[in-house]
Amino acid sequence: MSLLEIKNLQVSVEDDRQILRGVNLTVNPGEVHAIMGPNGSGKSTLAHVLSGKDGYAVTGGEVLLDGADLLAMEPDERAAAGLFLAFQYPMEIPGVATMTFLRTAMNAQRKKRGEAELSTPEFMKRVREEAAKLSIDPEMLRRPVNVGFSGGEKKRNEVLQMALLQPKLAVLDETDSGLDIDALKIAAEGVNRLRSPERGMIVITHYQRLLDHIVPDIVHVFFNGRIVRTGGKELAHELEAKGYADYEQEVAA
Amino acid sequence: MQTTMSKPQSSGPEALTSEAERQIAAAWAGVKDHLPGPAPLTARREAAFRRFEAAGLPHRRVEEWKYTDLRALMRDAKPLAQPPGEIGTVRARAAGAVLAGVDVRRIVIADGVLLKEASDLADLEPGLSIGSLADALGSGDAEVTSRLGAQSPAEKDVAFALNTAFMGDGAVIRLAPGATVARPIHLVFCFTGPVPATVFTRSLVEVGAGATLTLVESHEGPDAFDYQVNTALDLVVGDGATVDHVKIGTEGSAALHVATLTAALGRDVTFRGMVFAIGGAAVRNQLFVRCDGAHTNLMLAGATLLKGRQHADATLVLDHAIGGCQSRELFKGVLDGDSRSVFQGKIVVRPDAQKTDGKMSSHALLLSETAEADHKPELEIFADDVVCGHGATAGALDEDLKFYLMARGIPRKEAETLLIQSFVGEAIDTVAHEGIREALSAAATRWLEARQ
Repeated sequence: MSLLEIKNLQVSVEDDRQILRGVNLTVNPGEVHAIMGPNGSGKSTLAHVLSGKDGYAVTGGEVLLDGADLLAMEPDERAAAGLFLAFQYPMEIPGVATMTFLRTAMNAQRKKRGEAELSTPEFMKRVREEAAKLSIDPEMLRRPVNVGFSGGEKKRNEVLQMALLQPKLAVLDETDSGLDIDALKIAAEGVNRLRSPERGMIVITHYQRLLDHIVPDIVHVFFNGRIVRTGGKELAHELEAKGYADYEQEVAA
Repeated sequence: MQTTMSKPQSSGPEALTSEAERQIAAAWAGVKDHLPGPAPLTARREAAFRRFEAAGLPHRRVEEWKYTDLRALMRDAKPLAQPPGEIGTVRARAAGAVLAGVDVRRIVIADGVLLKEASDLADLEPGLSIGSLADALGSGDAEVTSRLGAQSPAEKDVAFALNTAFMGDGAVIRLAPGATVARPIHLVFCFTGPVPATVFTRSLVEVGAGATLTLVESHEGPDAFDYQVNTALDLVVGDGATVDHVKIGTEGSAALHVATLTAALGRDVTFRGMVFAIGGAAVRNQLFVRCDGAHTNLMLAGATLLKGRQHADATLVLDHAIGGCQSRELFKGVLDGDSRSVFQGKIVVRPDAQKTDGKMSSHALLLSETAEADHKPELEIFADDVVCGHGATAGALDEDLKFYLMARGIPRKEAETLLIQSFVGEAIDTVAHEGIREALSAAATRWLEARQ
């Protein structure tokens, strides 16, 4: 069975403007898909709709995660079912320590899956191990979530959460935005460590740069609310060289 | 002195038009000749009552009480409370559980009476003395009577004046200069019934120069029982002292509670105050704080959690009489249901109070469409070289933050709880004593878990 099946997904925002115009995408376990497209093409909307953010109306189509109706679930249920969204702009949460946040999230998911809560030593051990791999200073984990973090630290914190939550399907929304090359490498290495035969990934990006570090199996070109072309990783290089002008002409024609 | 007696007692001045006002006047007539205290105090009581008589209960056309119309809130005035009986004493011994597990010295004041047999009065730390106000007034302790709110602008306030008129008992705590008391003193105020009544308590705390004290008050009573509390505390803090004051309001669900704190702070004082309000039907906490000496450092915080039709008012008058002091005020309110919070914060900087550094902020988190928050910050600055500012916000929970938490698998209610905890946590975190801070956090958590 496919891990994720998106069938003819159509989505509008509250003022009835249609953003997604029939998205079809199948992700199998072990595959890393890249979705590339210009600003405003609807890439981030796709990520938000998959994770259950308010403010979007699904007007048609369906999304199945492991065969289950993803769109019928609350955002927290989607997470417990194995979906993870790495945010383009991770939120700052004053007053909530990162450790408290991580532990609450991990235990909430375990509880929903009928698993026992992690003991404190076990939790601490996992966090320390994963944080060390991402060169995250333990002092940072005592601070409120993302408050005062640099852009790179925020994105590393996203990858840390992904490593701890071990999702079946990870959606990375513009993980490269706002990162210098060193920060990008650290984040990409973290993501690559999480590649596995059981896990699927969707990497959403505007630029090919990120795909030099997270090499995809399949590349999709997203334009005007749908996937207009699908190819291998070489497609990313072609887009980098030629831009999205060809697709604009196609739409205009 | 006797001229007041020439007025006919029965008719009363025209200001006293409501049922409650007439009942208060009747109670005064019945009790005034039996209240403790030497002659000068009797005159002050009389004068205080006259202030009430002239103005009546504070109402919405009195600027300081604009958002908390006491005349409208008090449909009647309950009879004065009787000292607790056997059952009341048993209940009083169990009161103050909000600090269970924290090592404190408990002083129990039930139905307006300090219960020595239920209080920890043994093995007082060197320099510490604790007694009852009734004893101090009965023995004519001139120092006590002269200190009781005498210098405070609060005297103009009618609710406080009523306290002065009717006060009978409370705690008198003195800490000698240089003495340090590590174990917090917990004034456990409770109303035990058996019928709704009015309780007046008055306490005086004097902290000598360079001394250190943590003082907690908790107030409680049975739910669904419309008793009325008018409590006041006069705090006199000597130069270089460090004082933490935490007031925990967990009155019963139908109670009316009016509390006045007057604080006169010397120079180089560190004062941290916290008002935690979670119980009661209608609550007013008024704080009159004056900095009389330079280089005093002041942190006043408030955390209010309301639901149903609860009403809580925090009104602060901070008077910088002398310059070079720093003050920070941080008040947070969480409002569910049809509840309403009021924050009035007035910072006065007198002409001589140059180099004053004051920052005041109040924030309300509205959890329902029908909750209401009123903020009224006021700066009255008469000096020209000061840094003073204020900020106020009111809003709902941030949906983007909630989504972020939910996207990590945290259910909606738990996500809301986490965000609300972090919101009030900022105010609770100003409490220096770890055990008390954790007790307040736990009380906030219990409130949140009981939501919906």
